[in-house]
Amino acid sequence: MNKLIKKISLAILALGIIIPLSACTNRSASNNSESQNKGNSLAVALLTDLNGVDDKSFNQSAWEGLTKWGKEHNLTKGLGGYDYVQSHQDSDYPVNINKLIKNNYNLIYAIGYKLDKAVTDGAKQNPNTKFAIIDTVVPDLDNVTSLTFKDNESAYLAGMSAALNSKTKKIGFIGGVKGEVINRFEAGYVAGAKAAVPDIQVDVKYVGAFDKADVAKSIATAMYNNGNDAIYQAAGSAGLGVFSSAKDARKSGKEVYVVGCDRDQTEEGQYDGGNLTLTSSIKALNTVVEEVSNETLAGNFPGKQHKVFGLKENGVDISKGQLSTDIWNKVEQTKQDIIDGKITVPEKP
Amino acid sequence: MSKNWKSRLSIPLISILAGFVLGAIIMLCLGYDPIMTYEALFTGAWGDPNSIGETLRQATPLILTGLGFSVATSAGFFNIGGAGQYLVGWLSSIWFVLSFPSLPGVVLITGAIAAGAIAGGIWSGIAGVLRAYLKTNEVITTIMLNYIALYLSNWIVKSFLANGDADYSKSIPQSASLRSPFLMELTNNSTFHYGLFIAIVIAIIMAFVMKKTTVGYEIRSIGLNSDASKYAGMSTKKVIILAMTLSGLLAGIGGAVDGIGNYQNILVLASTPSVGFDGLAVALLAYGNPIGIVFASLLFASLKIGGLNIPVVSNTPSEIVDIVIALIIFFVGASYLFEYISKKMKTNKSKGGKA
Repeated sequence: MNKLIKKISLAILALGIIIPLSACTNRSASNNSESQNKGNSLAVALLTDLNGVDDKSFNQSAWEGLTKWGKEHNLTKGLGGYDYVQSHQDSDYPVNINKLIKNNYNLIYAIGYKLDKAVTDGAKQNPNTKFAIIDTVVPDLDNVTSLTFKDNESAYLAGMSAALNSKTKKIGFIGGVKGEVINRFEAGYVAGAKAAVPDIQVDVKYVGAFDKADVAKSIATAMYNNGNDAIYQAAGSAGLGVFSSAKDARKSGKEVYVVGCDRDQTEEGQYDGGNLTLTSSIKALNTVVEEVSNETLAGNFPGKQHKVFGLKENGVDISKGQLSTDIWNKVEQTKQDIIDGKITVPEKP
Repeated sequence: MSKNWKSRLSIPLISILAGFVLGAIIMLCLGYDPIMTYEALFTGAWGDPNSIGETLRQATPLILTGLGFSVATSAGFFNIGGAGQYLVGWLSSIWFVLSFPSLPGVVLITGAIAAGAIAGGIWSGIAGVLRAYLKTNEVITTIMLNYIALYLSNWIVKSFLANGDADYSKSIPQSASLRSPFLMELTNNSTFHYGLFIAIVIAIIMAFVMKKTTVGYEIRSIGLNSDASKYAGMSTKKVIILAMTLSGLLAGIGGAVDGIGNYQNILVLASTPSVGFDGLAVALLAYGNPIGIVFASLLFASLKIGGLNIPVVSNTPSEIVDIVIALIIFFVGASYLFEYISKKMKTNKSKGGKA
């Protein structure tokens, strides 16, 4: 072996010894979450799909709810308390579930329909762990509760708002991946827009992924250039690309808007000339997560049940955002009509 | 010879260590505990039967895509299309099984693997033919074929294999699965399956083929000097197509084995599977040596599976974990740099000696 290689490897080895020594000193400090959470009977974990909890949307809302719940119960993030895990590829789901179970998490939220199969297998193999899956139904298992949302109802109100606000009579919809869940958004949005403004044109496009903001941005740019003056994005973190495109369009003087999704996205629409988030359809994952966690803590885990959250159950909602008072009044009226059952919103486009 | 072997082993090992050390420095600077993180990494990959099962399962397709990449490299080609070839292999195996679900298990499994191999072989064979007859750059064609594979597969899954609006296909029948109740019990319900043994057998066969057969010799000699090989009477066109096809065939088997062993269905994917590109890094780390590829795959799989454990048991955020893993891969790639420096020093020294 060559001398230089020897020298380099010696230096690396030396570093390899020094670093552990210096690290040992602060070790006790960082390992205390477990002791702080001692005595807690319920450790809760949130398992997301390929998006993280910082997607400004769906996952973030659930994580905010869990964080709030954990703080209320004096828990800290980490073992024995509450935590989240993100997956890098689809084959990571079962691995992550097993790692959470091994570390004594006993309630696991699976955020997203993609986790369907992993939850079914994991629940069958681990009957003592409780699972709550969002946006899809895993039936007939005592330790799984399924939580779905009537996103079409809030999307209906979003479509109505965008249509009433539109000057060009053209609005857009950008979905993540075509499928049962995003279909609800599309169906509600289109129906709401057409009901409010019968001659409105709704341009519907799909990104093909929930994590490709660049693709969403290029689709949005094309839509804005085509005269659509508001775009509703139901595309997870890819939706952030739509905000970016809208800000560019504003810079070139176009009066365009984004309709936020799943979470009040007013913050994402902030730019130096004001705010371009017209309104946001809200999916109250945060309150649902808090609610189910509390029920489980009280010993009433809703296993085998399928809970549906709509406008009536406060599971979905719409924010006022930048809507004019006139439009907002109409939206509120329609919201009441849906709750009263006077309007039925389609689930499929 | 043995000295050469030693230095070949030492360079990848130094790169791995360097990656770990630099990762530790970064963690220290950001205030995270590297020891705890690495401990979590290790126990996450090898700490219990379930983790071991998952690590071995993750290594399985890497061995095959790594072997595929190395065959093309031996012939002097850079086949970046491993991801696409793996994906068409995966798709074909599931499609085959779902088309004939009532056939007996042995037929289904061999048929699925054969379907994956053929699909992968054809996919990279396209790049091989273009290379042989039109001198098209295989780097470009294989990258483009990756995209075609991704969107074609997504379209086929959505239009033909999915139930209604779902974005994944039906699951394959139990008889076609490479998993077994025995392995599941052994590894505490992990997704470990018999594919690993198939991959190892293929690695041994490839070691034999590349070193001891005419085909292997022809592939290697084209890689060393294609003009000389032509002069010696080899049909370079034939060998180029053969090498590229064999390369895709192996990646295709990787996809098939992962399909019927791990996933048991096929999904609409957001991007090309990372296994394809990781196979490239694995093959580079192992210098294309088939047995080395098995070990390099185990290392990569340990990083992937162990990495998932870090955010669960420690405070280190998963982003830091990704940085550390990327650093290790970077240094693995940079092992060429170590080698280059070492060679340079050697030649400088010999020059100095003469003067």
